[in-house]
Amino acid sequence: MTTIDVPPTKHVGQSLRRKEDPRLITGRATYIDDLALPGMLHAAVVRSPEAHAKVLSIDGSRALARAGVKAVFTGEDMSDLLAPLPMAWAPPGVEIKTPERWPLVRGFVRHVGDAVALVIADSKYTAADAADEVDVEYEPLPVIVNVEEALKDEVLVHESLGTNKAHEWSMGGGGDIEAALAASDVVVERRIVNHRTAGAAMEPRGVIAEFRGGQLTVWSSTQVPHLLRLFYAVQMGISEDKVRVIAPEVGGGFGGKLQITAEETMCAWASRRLGRPVKWIESRSENMAVSHHGRDQVDYVRMGATRDGKITAFHANIIQDLGAYFGLLTPMIPELGAFVMTGCYAIPVVQTDITGVLTNKFFTDAIRGAGRPEMTHMLEVTIDQLAQELGMDPVDLRRKNFIQPDQFPYETPYGITYDSGKYEAALDRALEMLDMDAFRTEQAALRDNGILRGIGFSTYTEICGLAPSRAVGPSGFGLGIGLYESAIVRVHPTGSVTVFTGSSPHGQGHETGFAQIVADRLGTDPSVVEVVHGDTATGPMGLGTYGSRSLSIGGVAVAHAAEKISEKARAIVAHNLEADVADIEVREGKFSLRGDPEQGMTLAEVAGCAYIDATKMPEGMELGLEQSLIYDPSNFVFPFGTHVCVVDIDPETGRVDVVRWIAVDDCGPAVNPMLIDGQVHGGVVHGIGQAIYEQVVYDERGQLVTGTFVDYALPTAADVPSFETDRTETKSPSNSLGVKGIGEAGTIAATPAIVNAVIDALRHEGISYIDMPLTPLRVWQALQEARGGGEGPRETEQGQPLPEQAEGSAGSGPTIPEGGAA
Amino acid sequence: MGATVPLQVTVNGEAHASEVPARMLLVHYLRDELGLTGTHVGCDTSNCGACTCLVNGESAKTCTVLAVQCDGAEITTIEGMAGADGTLHALQEGFWAEHGLQCGYCTPGMIMAAADLLARRTGDGPITEDEVRHGLEGNLCRCTGYHNIVKAVQAAAEASRRVAA
Repeated sequence: MTTIDVPPTKHVGQSLRRKEDPRLITGRATYIDDLALPGMLHAAVVRSPEAHAKVLSIDGSRALARAGVKAVFTGEDMSDLLAPLPMAWAPPGVEIKTPERWPLVRGFVRHVGDAVALVIADSKYTAADAADEVDVEYEPLPVIVNVEEALKDEVLVHESLGTNKAHEWSMGGGGDIEAALAASDVVVERRIVNHRTAGAAMEPRGVIAEFRGGQLTVWSSTQVPHLLRLFYAVQMGISEDKVRVIAPEVGGGFGGKLQITAEETMCAWASRRLGRPVKWIESRSENMAVSHHGRDQVDYVRMGATRDGKITAFHANIIQDLGAYFGLLTPMIPELGAFVMTGCYAIPVVQTDITGVLTNKFFTDAIRGAGRPEMTHMLEVTIDQLAQELGMDPVDLRRKNFIQPDQFPYETPYGITYDSGKYEAALDRALEMLDMDAFRTEQAALRDNGILRGIGFSTYTEICGLAPSRAVGPSGFGLGIGLYESAIVRVHPTGSVTVFTGSSPHGQGHETGFAQIVADRLGTDPSVVEVVHGDTATGPMGLGTYGSRSLSIGGVAVAHAAEKISEKARAIVAHNLEADVADIEVREGKFSLRGDPEQGMTLAEVAGCAYIDATKMPEGMELGLEQSLIYDPSNFVFPFGTHVCVVDIDPETGRVDVVRWIAVDDCGPAVNPMLIDGQVHGGVVHGIGQAIYEQVVYDERGQLVTGTFVDYALPTAADVPSFETDRTETKSPSNSLGVKGIGEAGTIAATPAIVNAVIDALRHEGISYIDMPLTPLRVWQALQEARGGGEGPRETEQGQPLPEQAEGSAGSGPTIPEGGAA
Repeated sequence: MGATVPLQVTVNGEAHASEVPARMLLVHYLRDELGLTGTHVGCDTSNCGACTCLVNGESAKTCTVLAVQCDGAEITTIEGMAGADGTLHALQEGFWAEHGLQCGYCTPGMIMAAADLLARRTGDGPITEDEVRHGLEGNLCRCTGYHNIVKAVQAAAEASRRVAA
């Protein structure tokens, strides 16, 4: 890129109020369900109540007889689709057995909620009624839900694959793991269940498709509009230029909308068939059943160390529950975590072995953190276990193994290059905020009063800024497309600015942060910089928003485009002032002459030259003031930080209360500190949710027990504390802004801090570990067992805490949308 | 849709006379019949509170209320919170100033529930964090972690107190 002086920062670094908010707080935003088109029809999906069955017959005649019902479609009707739903990871040299997945099943259902038929009607109430009237005859087949049992291949999810083991993937680095463990003074090991969770964005998914005059236009609540357009071209044989995908206001994603969904295809196909727009809005019951889940691994970890506390080796054997099919990235998720297996520590020898296993459940895929929370959990709880084994303070043990600032760029045993890090600085700041001595005094006093207080640490680093294209694309890590990001910055004739970004936000605040970046570079105000996103007809090819990549890839693309315009503007100003271009600088809202700031031109005046009076342009310079570019960085970025959690446990009930949370995160220089804090708060509560409250539960017959928010416990305001946040700022050399990412950091850091805090509170009772979620029942049972007063924590094969609840709810039946509320 | 029933309601100060199917949910009446799409549906089971509106001054989760149950009622939705001149309600201002929202989907319901919470309050001191947290536990948010929602409601309460004083 061209390097120019970055202007003195004015807007970047400020906690500017969000430009997005006025429409959102007044009810004027337009989410997918707020849209309606003339002649629009409504779709409802008939879903399987069986976890595994042969479909003997589908009879839509009763449904079709209902007034207002236009059509009932089955998988056979959609046999003209050119491709099944995509899985976009093909790592060179690794065999992956990918089960075919079509929008509607073809002969067999393999999880509860599998889509059997599509009903189209003139109202959503009628569509929901008619979906209940489609008669489907099933022949139930054996069901396998436990991932380790599934490995035995006694019951197959897909007969045609001959096995449930879909793939194996191994990566080792630094030497032989067995030799390194054997040579260690101390080895600790543990089985860790990282249970299945839901993304649970407040807005369920939804889509409207309109095929009209050879053009397909689709509105979808998606994180990846451009990927969806690309896939429509492949699957439906429509030239890409005839496909437009629009992500309207998107009500949260958390990875759950980083997907190419069956319903998106079904609506587009049905619209083409019927010549009318077709709308489908997901009910929450559907969302819990068939919006992809996250996590769900059984992990066997071993960590070796010297007696004086130097970690020598770390091994993770991960058994991943894939579910019945693959989504866009399903088998890849634990691999993403493997790349930060060494965390903040100089661990010389590491090995990750991953086995992907099919079960009769819905598929897992990327949910906030995607593999990195699981790996960070393994690492950080095992370090606490090692500290206990060595008789060391867990903070001291971490500090002793930190990669030091002068070791960056640091190449891990896996060949990943960490960009920058000052891990001790973040830890020290967190300890300063904490006051450990005061904490231990409090802890002792509370224990005397019957309250068990504990403290847990998590010092994490993560990999984000998903790119560079060569590293992650088809010839590298094996993603189906390279990852980069795009920007167009367009200055209008009157000097206001429109920015088009390939990022596709759903709550993060791009419209504000990107406007701040552009305003500084063009000497203007963020209020006249409009950031447009999520429309493939207006914006350049983009890869979307996930993996904490928007700022460090998309934001940098925007910055570079603005810098190129700034360069052109300075040449125009120099020409008009008859000055040297090197003497023109962006200062206080205009392009001014260095040393004589009275002399200068505003952006509007420059735009006037570029668009209105060509005589004021330098000889030979193109008219206009617009720049388009694609930015592909040289490396990932690696944010880091220290999170500290304090919990109180009521031994009478086992209830865990998070009473204090300190988060010191480092995501490089802040563009908008307020937005960073917001991401940390939300990310941590997502982690608290998994650690204490949330779990997707299937019973042994594959019935989904947690099919609504009645059963799936999202944390409420009363369940979580306020947060004490601070930041350190370590620049990344990977991009010119020095920025990293923050969207997933809190979630990645959080769960081990909570588990470590709970164990700190219970260790004197003889309890060394409890798997998440740390529900009152689990904690209470662990206490009873430790005190010799009752049964230990019984677990079902899935690591479910509540066998009674699971059995009691086993007959809860299908998750077909309720009549009135679909 | 079955038999229709006459319905008269006043929504955000405007009177409406409609014929609605007996089973139509209030949230669908507001959104689909009146075009007031600021009220959202998040769960269908009264858990998330995204659909919260004020019915006769009290918060109600409109995804589990039938429209016909509200015959004769006065209803306020998020669209009715700002002044006629566009002046934001103290809660809207608080949510904006304190970054009390991210994706915005839960926000209208959260604001309406907070309005009910502040209106019911009998104490005259500053509202505590604990009061806000327990007062809003019927409304879920996945983005903010609630931290800034609490601050937003406290800021709005404080602003209203200052105006009243």
